[in-house]
Order: sequence, then C-alpha cells, then structure tokens
Amino acid sequence: MIALTVNGKKHEIQAEPEMPLLWALRDLLGMTGTKYGCGKGLCGSCTVLMDNEPIRACSMPLAAVADKNITTIEGLSTDGGHPVQQAWLQFSVPQCGYCQAGQIMSAVALLRKNPKPDDEAIDAAMSGNLCRCGTYTRIRKAIHHAAEQGGAK
Amino acid sequence: MTLSRRAFIQRLSFGSAGLTIGLQLQASSFAPADATEFTPDVFVTLEASGTVRIRCHRSEMGQGIRSTIPRLIADEMEADWNKVVVEQALGDAKYGDQNTDGSRSIRKNYDRLKRAGATVRTLLQQAAADTWQVAPDQVRIHNHAAHHADGKKTLGFGALVAKAANLPVPAADQLTLKPEKDYRYVMKKEWELLDGLDIVTGKAEYGYDVAVKDMKIALIARPPVVFGKVKSFDASETLKVPGVLEVVEMPALSPPAAFKMLGGIAVVAEHTWAAIQGREKLKIEWEDGPNAKYDTVAHQAEFEKALEDPKHVVRQHGNWQEAESQAESRLDAAYKVAGLAHATMEPLAATARLTDDGVEVWACTQTPQAAQANVMQTLEIPQEKANSVKVHVTLLGGGFGRKSKPDYVAEAAFLAHKTKRTIKVLWTREDEIQHGYYHSPSYQKLAATFQKGKLSGWYHAMVNHPIGATFNPAARVGGSADLGQGDAPYDVPHMRIVNGETDTFMRIGWLRSVTNINNAFAASSFADECAAHLKKDPLAFLLELIGPDRHIDLQAEGYGYGNYGETTERFPIDTARLKQVLNTVAKQAEWTRKRPKGHGLGIAVHRSFCSYVGAVIEVSMADNKLKIEDIHLAIDCGLAINPDRVHSQLEGAAMFAISNALYGQITAEKGRVVQSNFHDFPLARINQFPSIRTTIVSSDGPPGGVGEPGVPPVAPALCNAIFAASGKRYRDLPLSQFGIV
Repeated sequence: MIALTVNGKKHEIQAEPEMPLLWALRDLLGMTGTKYGCGKGLCGSCTVLMDNEPIRACSMPLAAVADKNITTIEGLSTDGGHPVQQAWLQFSVPQCGYCQAGQIMSAVALLRKNPKPDDEAIDAAMSGNLCRCGTYTRIRKAIHHAAEQGGAK
Repeated sequence: MTLSRRAFIQRLSFGSAGLTIGLQLQASSFAPADATEFTPDVFVTLEASGTVRIRCHRSEMGQGIRSTIPRLIADEMEADWNKVVVEQALGDAKYGDQNTDGSRSIRKNYDRLKRAGATVRTLLQQAAADTWQVAPDQVRIHNHAAHHADGKKTLGFGALVAKAANLPVPAADQLTLKPEKDYRYVMKKEWELLDGLDIVTGKAEYGYDVAVKDMKIALIARPPVVFGKVKSFDASETLKVPGVLEVVEMPALSPPAAFKMLGGIAVVAEHTWAAIQGREKLKIEWEDGPNAKYDTVAHQAEFEKALEDPKHVVRQHGNWQEAESQAESRLDAAYKVAGLAHATMEPLAATARLTDDGVEVWACTQTPQAAQANVMQTLEIPQEKANSVKVHVTLLGGGFGRKSKPDYVAEAAFLAHKTKRTIKVLWTREDEIQHGYYHSPSYQKLAATFQKGKLSGWYHAMVNHPIGATFNPAARVGGSADLGQGDAPYDVPHMRIVNGETDTFMRIGWLRSVTNINNAFAASSFADECAAHLKKDPLAFLLELIGPDRHIDLQAEGYGYGNYGETTERFPIDTARLKQVLNTVAKQAEWTRKRPKGHGLGIAVHRSFCSYVGAVIEVSMADNKLKIEDIHLAIDCGLAINPDRVHSQLEGAAMFAISNALYGQITAEKGRVVQSNFHDFPLARINQFPSIRTTIVSSDGPPGGVGEPGVPPVAPALCNAIFAASGKRYRDLPLSQFGIV
C-alpha cells in the first residue's frame, strides 16, 4: 500500500513503488486530466505540482511522491475559476487542448515563484511543455494576463 | 419506396457517454399530436422544453468545429445559443461524409448546414402562422421565438414543437437562407470555445481517457518493418509481470496495408504500467520481409535516377524545349524535404466493447465511418449489420491526418473479440513515431529559363513515395501534383510539370497540407531564387510572376486538375486573390522597412484547399544560428465563419510548418524507423516561437479550407528570409541538419 495525497485528499493505493505517478493517477485513481505525451519527461503533458514544484508525472515513481502533496489540473479549481484557467479561456488558448493541463500547471508553478514574469521568464519556464497545435503565443499572452489578475494564488 | 426525411423519426436517448443512440423508422409520416420533440433534419432536434440539440458530425481536433457547426445551424434557425446542447454524432452514413480532413468541414457542408437550420426555422414559422391563422410572411422568427406582425403576440420555439412536428418538411428549393449580413453568431469575433471549460479543468475526454466498465489496457509490440511477421516469441517473463493478464498474437499484415492492423504481439493488462512492463519483457524474433532492404538515405540515389528523365507529364503549355534552347540564361536547383510523422500530442487510442449484437467503439478518430467499416472488415461483420458497430468519437488530441487512418481502431476491436474483454489499445509515443503513415520524403528538380530580363520557362519535377501505394502496392507515381505543383499559378510562356516513379517501403499517408508541404517549399523557394537571379525585389517579382488578374483554366491546358474536389466555377484559381493576400501580408509586415544588419525578410504565397495564404517571416542570423523574429500571415478563405478559429488555425499552421522545417525528419534503416520520441523527432518550443500576426482578408467568396492552407507558404518564407539575412540558400529540410537551429 502506498499513501498518496492528491489535491488535498489522501489515497491508499495498491501498486508497485516503481509505477510512475501518471499511471497511478490515470488508471488507479481515475483522474485522467493529467495526460500522457511521451513517457520520458520530454513534452510536459503530464506536468503536476509536487509541493508547488512542477514535475513530470510520467517519470516520477510513486515511491518518490509518497509523502508529498500532489496537485493536478483537477485540483486547481472545480469550476475553472483559477486566474490561470480564466486567462486560458479569455484568450481562447486551447486548440486540441490535450497539452493544456500540463501547460496550465507549469504556468501556475511559474506564477507562484514569479508573480510578474517577463517574456523571457515565461519562455524559460514553459519551454518544457510541447504543443503541436501552435498555442505558444496565446499562452504567453494568457500568462501575462493571469499575472495581472493575481494568478500567483 | 422512396422515403422522405420526414419519415425518419429519430428516437434519441442518452447513453453513458451522452451520445445519441438508436435510430427508428416510423411508418407513419406524421408525429403524434402531442410530440415532445421533432427532428426535421439529421442535425437538429427541437424539444418542447425549448432546448435545441444540434449534432456535430465532424471530429474536433483543435480546429473548433464543435463550436463552428452548431453555431452556424443555431444562427440560421434563429436559436438562442444559450439553449443549444451540442451532441457529437456517431459514425453514421446518414450524415454524409464525416472524414474530418482535407480542410473541408465547412467548405463542403456550409450550404447543407444552413439548409438544416433554415428547415427548422421555416417549419416554426409555418407552425406559428397556422396557430395565429395568418400568412407565414406575417411571422418573424427571431431569437428562439416566433413574433406576430402585430407586434404583440409571440410564441417560444418549444411551444411550436407539437405543431411543427406535423408539418411536411419543405423541399430545399423552398427554403430562404439567411443573408450573411443578418448573422448574429457567424463571422463574429468573440466565441467562447465549446469545450474550453472542460479542457482547462481536465474534464475533457480524449480517446486516451475513455474509461468503460471492466476495461483492460492493451499495448502491442508491432513488427518494426512493415509487412514483417512474428517468427517466434516467448512471453514467459511478460506473464510474470503483476497485472499482466494475457498475451495475444495479432494477425500478420499482408499487402495492401490500407488501414489494416500491423500485426505483432499484444499484451493485455489491468493497467497501463503493467502493459508497458510486460511489453518490454517480450522476446520476439521477427521475420522482416522485403521492406528490410529500405534505407532512406541510400534511396536518395533512386530518387535522383527517377528525375533524370521523368515521364509522367502533369501539365505543359508552350514548349519547354524551345524555352531551353532560346534562353539567355537559366537557373537549376534541386530540393529535398524529409519524411514526417504526425506527432499528435495524444498518440492513438481506441476502446472496444462487445455488445449483444456487435461491438461498440470509442476512439479519437477523424473518420468514424471508416473506423466502423474497418471494424466490420476486421471482424467480418456484413454490411447489413453496420448498425451493430457503433463508433463514438471522443475529442482528439491533435489529428493532422494520422487519426483518419483507423488501424488502431481495428486493433481494439480485434482484441475485444479475441479476448472477450473490453479493451483499450494505447499507442505510446514510440509507437506513434515508429508506426506511422508518413509524409513521404521527396526530391524535386526545378529549372527556369530567362529571356529579356523575364522568366520565360518553368520546369518542376517531383518524386516521392505515393500515398496510393498504401492502398495499391503497384502505385509508383504520386497523384499529388494537384497539391501545389501542377497548379503553379504563374504567368510563364513555357511550362512543364513532370513526376518520377519510385517503389515504396513504408506506410505513406496524408499529413496536414500533404504534398503542398514539399511542392510549395520548392516552388516558392525557387521563385525567390529567380528574383535574386534577376536582381529583383522578391515581392515585386512574385507579383509579376503571378501576372494579370485572371482565373487560371487548367482544364483548357488539358490538365485534369482536381481542385480539392471542387468545381473551378465555385472555386477558381483567382490570381487577383493571390496578389491581394501577398500585398496584404507585405503591408502588414512593412516589407519595405529597412531591417537591422543580420536580419532578413522572406515572402511566399500559396493557394491550397481553395484558400489563399501569404506569409512574411523575419529572421536574424548571428554566429550561424537562426532566430525567428516575426511571423506574418494573411489568408483569404472566403467567408470566415469562425474568425477566431481561423486566426488560431493560422497560428497553429505556422508552428506546425516551423517545427517541420527546423526538425522534422523521419528516416529508416533496414526498413526500421530510426526516430522514436521527441528527443530525436523534436517540435519547436515556446522559446523558439516569436510573435505572430494573422490577418483575414475580407472576402465574400464561398468558405474555403482553413486547417491546412497556412502550412505550405511558411517553410519557403522562412528559408527565403534566411537567404535575405545571410546569402545562404537552404534547399534541404529540415534545417537542423545544418547546425543553424
């Protein structure tokens, strides 16, 4: 049994300690908001927060997250009310949307560290998150907007 | 017996996925007098509650079609958008074509969708007129209600259902379609994304996310060479992995590949992690078959041989030989574009469950009807039992053409049938990169002749592995000249467009804008080379090359041009529109403004999918490293139904094209794809992507394509900019092989 705290809720799950957090979230806890994109930490689709730090859930074994607080896209808000989510909607950022949970989690982590990032800081923090649809320029605009709206919460 | 649409009364109910199930033929041509809903068209159901259910029959992969189609119908029928519920249609021939590719969802359906909305509006108008016992022209339908000309009486849509349900459906020629000036939603700037809230809260369901009761996960070890087979395998270590349930040998693939399963060994497990581990522990000996001789780099020599004297004439006018013999000067150049994988952020996924009489499938598919047909073929289900195969379309995490090839759907259906379990087949990134339907590598030779300071002749020869070979192994020449090669819109006295032949060793498929990618890269780069040869400004030269305003009549030249399945009457090749997007984008980019040293501007223009796109890119080169400074695009796509999504598709097209131009390269050695994940098939990242400005040129032409036309002009504009900045011409993509990225 491994104890996991996800979005403030404690779970006891039966799994091998080597299982990546991504598959525990998706297959064992039914939380499919966190996406698989590469399985190698190359694309950022599976980004979640571990004690406020962005991590790649596809490459993080359960053993390494057992005593940590994990926040996933489902834990950001129940109604899309988080300033980053709101900014994403206002600028109609998503196209297919598949990478956006990871993008949003990286943006939230950025704003918590740097409440008013410039373009360079945004590019540095977000360059681990791939998007094939071409939403980067809107992501940049949305992060600036979220920062103005107090997105660091 | 001919049945009118009226005779088909759809019984709608909601399954677990909230989708329409079931279709019942009602013998009577009239609904009961107390009907609580009516469905005068396959796309629309109006309930007595006033709720309108609109079905989107095309797949959503980021282009916004689930926002666009329902809004277009809602606007036409004068529904209040707040009372509309959007349903995703099952795969069903009653909707007509559902294959969401070719940039044609609106291009091919605009009038039909308008008719669907107008049908409902006309029936409601008649129902209100009957209620008030006045002529229909005394009733105005507006914003979910019928309004009497007396200015007093109104009836909501819901209140008219019972009466409207018993009226005969008007014929198409009796409908009056709404003029564009009256649109309330269509062509307006601000639309919220239909699935936006679900996406940003993690609730949106993609093919990868489908969860069905008792579902098991399957990963498949596929033959590394197409048409390879399993010689022997040992799964003993696999079966020891906790969570692994069973191992299944898939049927081997025989030509043609089409959409059939690739074969291999499937590992069925309780969860994905067990399936991943189990697959790694398989010991498989493959019999590679004839394609193991294929090496992409070595095959270049075959491409070059194919273009020594290519015989397949696509188009010619004037006399190229004469142009050659009379030329005062000439220019020759050869271009190469590497093979490409789709790299959708969501790899492929399909779930299949056996039902009492057939199978139910959930998949991120661009083409639910082809998926349905593929399942039927795989499980040998006869055509008359088509209704027993239900295909639900989830959201797609990107498509780009890969998800219109339903090989993965067949895998899920086969495994469900074989194991008697509910199975979700997942493709990993490695699977997606290594078992694709690739955009073919290509080789092109261009030549131009000049007389009296003007271009006198244009020669363009191309060879690539034809998509046709995926469906017919005997196909040796691409039918892809219609996509940016044969339809060169240039005013040149002598022209010769030819193609060469080659064998094919991989599955080749269409990928966003298809062979426009390589054709436009070569033609628009070469046009820039011609401008430099003549020491002319590239913009001025392009305008001269396109020549006077006219509709280019390729049929008159004896070239049976396909025009993306459209007539040239409705969608001509209009040089005035080409020049307009060119001038618009040049103005927007301040083409004549002097740039800092080391900077350069590149320009290109291209018509594809019946739309016109101009591109200007600014780059800088420092220490032999490329930096993209700015990107400008202008599109004329006819009526822009959903302007925000037109802009976002252009932004996306630019990024797709830049990723491909910088990095995109699929190669094979011994028939095996070398690349496997984003470390060796990289995509551009946010720090490489500057600002982008997109303009929609106002146009009253019918809606053209939007998803693909932005791609073709971007790579040549980029390389033309590099030439302007550095004097160095790159004719070979991707650019990463030259160390400048």
